Amino acid sequence: MSIKRAGRTVVGVDVGGTFTDLFFLNEADGSCTVAKVPSTRGDQSIGIRDGIGQRVDDLSAISTIVHGTTVGTNALLERKGARTGVITTEGFRDVLEMRRRDRPKTWGLWGTFDPIVPRDLRLEVPERVLADGTVLIPVDTDAVIAAARTLLERGAESVCLFFINAYANPANEQAALDALKSVWPNQHISVASDILPEIREFERGSTASLNAYLQPPVGSYLQKLEAGLRDGGFGGEVLIVQSNGGVMSVDTARRLPVRTALSGPAAGVIAGAYIAQNAGYPNVITCDMGGTSFDVSLVAEGQSALAAQTEIDFGMVVRTPMIEITTIGAGGGSIAHVDRGGILQVGPESAGSDPGPVCYGLGNDRPTVTDANTVLGRIDADSPIGGKLQKLDLEAAKEAIRRHVAEPLGIEVMAAAEAIVRVANARMAGAIRLVSVERGHDPKSFVAMPFGGGGALHTGALIKEVGLSRALVPRYPGVTSALGCVIADMRHDRVETLNAMLDDLDVAALDQRIVGIAADGEGLLDRAGVGFEGRDCRVELDMLYLGQTHTVAVPLPLKVGKDGSGVTRDIIQSAFESAYRAAFGRLLDGIPIRVMNLRMASIGLRPKFDLSILAPAPGLTKAAALKGTRQVWADGGWHEAAVYDRLALPVGAEVDGPAILEQADTTVFVEPDLKGRVDEFGNLIIERKEAAT
Amino acid sequence: MSALDPVTLAVLRGRLEQIADEMDATLFRSAFNPIIAEAHDASHGLYHAETGETLVQGKSGLPVFVGAMAFAVKAVIDRAAAQGGPKPGDVWIFNDPYDGGTHLSDFKLVRPFFHDGTLFCWLASVGHWHDVGGAVPGNYNPAATECFQEGMLIPPVKLFDAGEYRPDIVQILQANSRLPGSLYGDLNGQINALELGQKRLALLLDEYGAQTVSDALEELKARAATLMRDLIASLPDGRYKAEDFLDNDGIDDVPLKIALAIEVRGDRMHLDFTGTSKACAGPVNIARSTAIASCYVALKHVFQDVPANAGVLVPIDFTIPEDCLLSVKAPKPVGGYTETILRVIDTVFVALAAAAPERVNGCAYGTINALSLAGHRKDGRRWVMFSFFGGGHGGHPEGDGLNHGNAPISTATIPPLEILEAAYPVRFTQWALRPDSGGAGESRGGCGAVYEIELLEEKADAFLFGERGRYSPPGVVGGGPAASNHFAYQDGDTWREPPMASKMLGMKLSRGRRVRLETPGGGGYGDPARRSPDAVARDVRLGYLSPEAARRDYRCAIDDRGEIDLSATEALRAEVGQ
Repeated sequence: MSIKRAGRTVVGVDVGGTFTDLFFLNEADGSCTVAKVPSTRGDQSIGIRDGIGQRVDDLSAISTIVHGTTVGTNALLERKGARTGVITTEGFRDVLEMRRRDRPKTWGLWGTFDPIVPRDLRLEVPERVLADGTVLIPVDTDAVIAAARTLLERGAESVCLFFINAYANPANEQAALDALKSVWPNQHISVASDILPEIREFERGSTASLNAYLQPPVGSYLQKLEAGLRDGGFGGEVLIVQSNGGVMSVDTARRLPVRTALSGPAAGVIAGAYIAQNAGYPNVITCDMGGTSFDVSLVAEGQSALAAQTEIDFGMVVRTPMIEITTIGAGGGSIAHVDRGGILQVGPESAGSDPGPVCYGLGNDRPTVTDANTVLGRIDADSPIGGKLQKLDLEAAKEAIRRHVAEPLGIEVMAAAEAIVRVANARMAGAIRLVSVERGHDPKSFVAMPFGGGGALHTGALIKEVGLSRALVPRYPGVTSALGCVIADMRHDRVETLNAMLDDLDVAALDQRIVGIAADGEGLLDRAGVGFEGRDCRVELDMLYLGQTHTVAVPLPLKVGKDGSGVTRDIIQSAFESAYRAAFGRLLDGIPIRVMNLRMASIGLRPKFDLSILAPAPGLTKAAALKGTRQVWADGGWHEAAVYDRLALPVGAEVDGPAILEQADTTVFVEPDLKGRVDEFGNLIIERKEAAT
Repeated sequence: MSALDPVTLAVLRGRLEQIADEMDATLFRSAFNPIIAEAHDASHGLYHAETGETLVQGKSGLPVFVGAMAFAVKAVIDRAAAQGGPKPGDVWIFNDPYDGGTHLSDFKLVRPFFHDGTLFCWLASVGHWHDVGGAVPGNYNPAATECFQEGMLIPPVKLFDAGEYRPDIVQILQANSRLPGSLYGDLNGQINALELGQKRLALLLDEYGAQTVSDALEELKARAATLMRDLIASLPDGRYKAEDFLDNDGIDDVPLKIALAIEVRGDRMHLDFTGTSKACAGPVNIARSTAIASCYVALKHVFQDVPANAGVLVPIDFTIPEDCLLSVKAPKPVGGYTETILRVIDTVFVALAAAAPERVNGCAYGTINALSLAGHRKDGRRWVMFSFFGGGHGGHPEGDGLNHGNAPISTATIPPLEILEAAYPVRFTQWALRPDSGGAGESRGGCGAVYEIELLEEKADAFLFGERGRYSPPGVVGGGPAASNHFAYQDGDTWREPPMASKMLGMKLSRGRRVRLETPGGGGYGDPARRSPDAVARDVRLGYLSPEAARRDYRCAIDDRGEIDLSATEALRAEVGQ
């Protein structure tokens, strides 16, 4: 199928480590289609153009391309960013290397840390601002120019300006920026107080210097991508997914590439929330199982939780709002072994996708979760998904499980394979408990939504293990992130430190600040050249009682206009009290309240589409979808499981476990005590047999 | 022991650990004082019904509590027995360091867990409170000669009696603290953590049955013992000795020796501290329980895969002479216990280096450097800035030591300097790595730090409680020692140093004057002559190492730009080879 040059097509693109997934929505006739092509390492834009070319002949038919990218993430993880320099306050060039005085692991003292900006590229200049914003020493701009020249001589391609206390007064940083611009030969300049005007020097400096580190590679990638598309006749907009689940323009992404650190996974959560909400489940826990990790994220009442910062790697802190995703080392490639104490362990060590599981036959001989699933009959060894391999080596998988798990534990091979899956399930259940039960959510009111390739094999077991109500397997689990790109809203976050006692807070000044930031946000939305269905401006404060260190997020019920926001001290006080009560049960009367940060989000609402276009076509029958049966091991014995072509099942079809549902990029396993049902959108809802009646 | 299937065992292990972890997280989030909230100076776990032995302990709490809490629970078990046994809903509270380990700041809450009317196990919570009275705010009193000067001492008393809250106990505690509000917030956080543990464990027992969980706990202990025996058996038999010194106790300026001989015989290990100095007048004594807990921390750093349960200590014997520095009884002061346990850990590393050179690392900086600056603002408000500072970690078989890490007994992070400057009338004039502070070695020790602080108010009092001023952190396997701790303060225009090197009370600062703390790096690992001249040159280029130190310690001729003179280097290295 290919899309004709007619009307407006929106393309969502998610580039993963192995595949580039695309989701095409034709807004003119409401049709959609998907594509999957191998990712092209080195230059991801080639894979993207290949993928688009599979479904669209004429790029001018496309109005918008929304892209979740891992170029930034990979540059960070592989330390392949630009050679970056830092110009900072005299006495403080080591802040980035000293971190917050931590170590990689609690136990064991063998840590090492190589900062992304080596010490000889971190230069100091005379300047100093005090915590209250007073300029104690004006910046020596000649020293800034000299430092810039030295950095250029030493090969720096980008530079970060990062001064102590500049969050309280950016005057010295701005003066230094003016001087720097007179000698710096390119646009790759990151100013810490611009990027994150928030107190905490290491977190701010780390975020800003990582931004500078990413500017050249992400900038050149985006330029290549855009140029290639334009050459092909594309005349629309390219939008980039940020870690906060919103999108931004290419211009913003070039300036603030650090906001793409978790671009890919964020889009998946956005899609998960939207699909589940449409299916009638506003509370969902998304579960993305890949080769090495299992990522979970909780969406309550349609809203995903945002985390203030994340650590990409030891000492590599990025502090920008991002969708909160909890990761544990349990994926299809996780290796099972029996430890020296005789206890079965699964992960965190992983065989990844290369060499991958034993059954891939690429050289690994230690059993993985995928090997166990293959031995149990849950994965079809004769026609594996993904299309990379013709056949899986079942006997080799069995032998590895025998040697590494069954014999050390003194049990049979089949029992050992089931044990591996159960221990892996228990670890994944732990991650789900962490984001739900431990945050005070009742698991019974949540559904689990697997996406990615492997999750649907385990989700049934997970709902039983944690006590979730049901699982929802979206129609196209493999392209969930690409679908999320298509529906994500545009979003610009801004954080500024206020650090004042509520009683002393200058509310009029705060009001002006809110209005000013809102106007900046509006401007960014205007300049993106995207049509929005509506706009939203959210205002939040980080607050705490004097003496505490952890803040509480306090959303303010404000309507921000051009002339004012209507903020008052009373509004702030009562908003704090209700937020604090919700978090900790009761207020601490008599203790003064501090307002730490102002957080704002300007949101441009992008049009959504009706998910029922994904629904199975009319006229399908369950009988025609039945492909046959297969022996599957579960609960200590073999079962004859019906095998269905998942996409051929009609709306309303009910499938009793044990059953296997296959589609191109995913296998769903319905356990013997569970049953599945195809809803009106083509989602598969898995529930307990007795509960489903 | 019934035949527990391996899957259930593995699953229950994870579930039990998660309960303890969740108790930790609950307290961290709701605690009022930064020592718990940010520095995670707290711990939670499940303990054996009769013996108090650690069954399971949270992963995110302070490492040293992993060994110490068993003693605290045992103290409550004995107290409860004397009172006719525990009842459901009882909660004991206490901070007696001689029975329960560590120091007076650490308040322990201990609660019995009943299932179907039978005592199944104990739940406990410990947290470092901000102020528990005594002579100085924050309770690090370098001049203490009795525990009474360090704070209030509370024996195990009931905070809840069969579920009934006793507010009079809390009133007593609050009346004895400079920060009663903070105390109240932390206490409530700990009560909540125990409540949560109770709820989660009850659910788990309902799901799996008490017998299965109990079998799993027994089995986990047995497996931990097997694992530890296995690890010990992999070491060559022998007697491995180490000794190290504390600078002084802050009262008498004489060094204090910690002597250790580790004897490995087959699958058992004996840690013998015979020869250690007698208990001292100042606050660097520790109780026997604390000493054992610190050995556990050292062993767990070396053998990382052993779990946090009592089984690990089954194949290990201890000899700790009565009334030595490591086995004191009331009322000897113990407030500076961190310095002593860090030194005990260093002696374990050095002794084990001879038995298992491939498993150890150079010693870390070895002092927490508690520095306090305090005074009054113009409006009369009192301010106290009290912080611990970082230093280098030791070189190790996989590479150079970490620059500016946290102490091996803790996972605490340091507050941002911008937060400190926003909260207190000070400004940092330097916050930097300290060149030439890492011990020389094939793997170099990590760098310590330089912190220089200027006073912005009229006047302030300062005190320091540190160590390693005279005895620097040793290297291992041929690696050299790190630079020692160095502190100076400005008295008028004159820079002065503490007469007792690393401890001093009653320093007076005036506006614009500074204090300067230069912390030790970590010890080196392996012979420095085996370090590649290129790596040495890189260290010089990046400023971790001076050209002089490169020549002296590594026998490398490198100029101040980091350019290496190969022939001169060869000649220097040949000189040593002869």
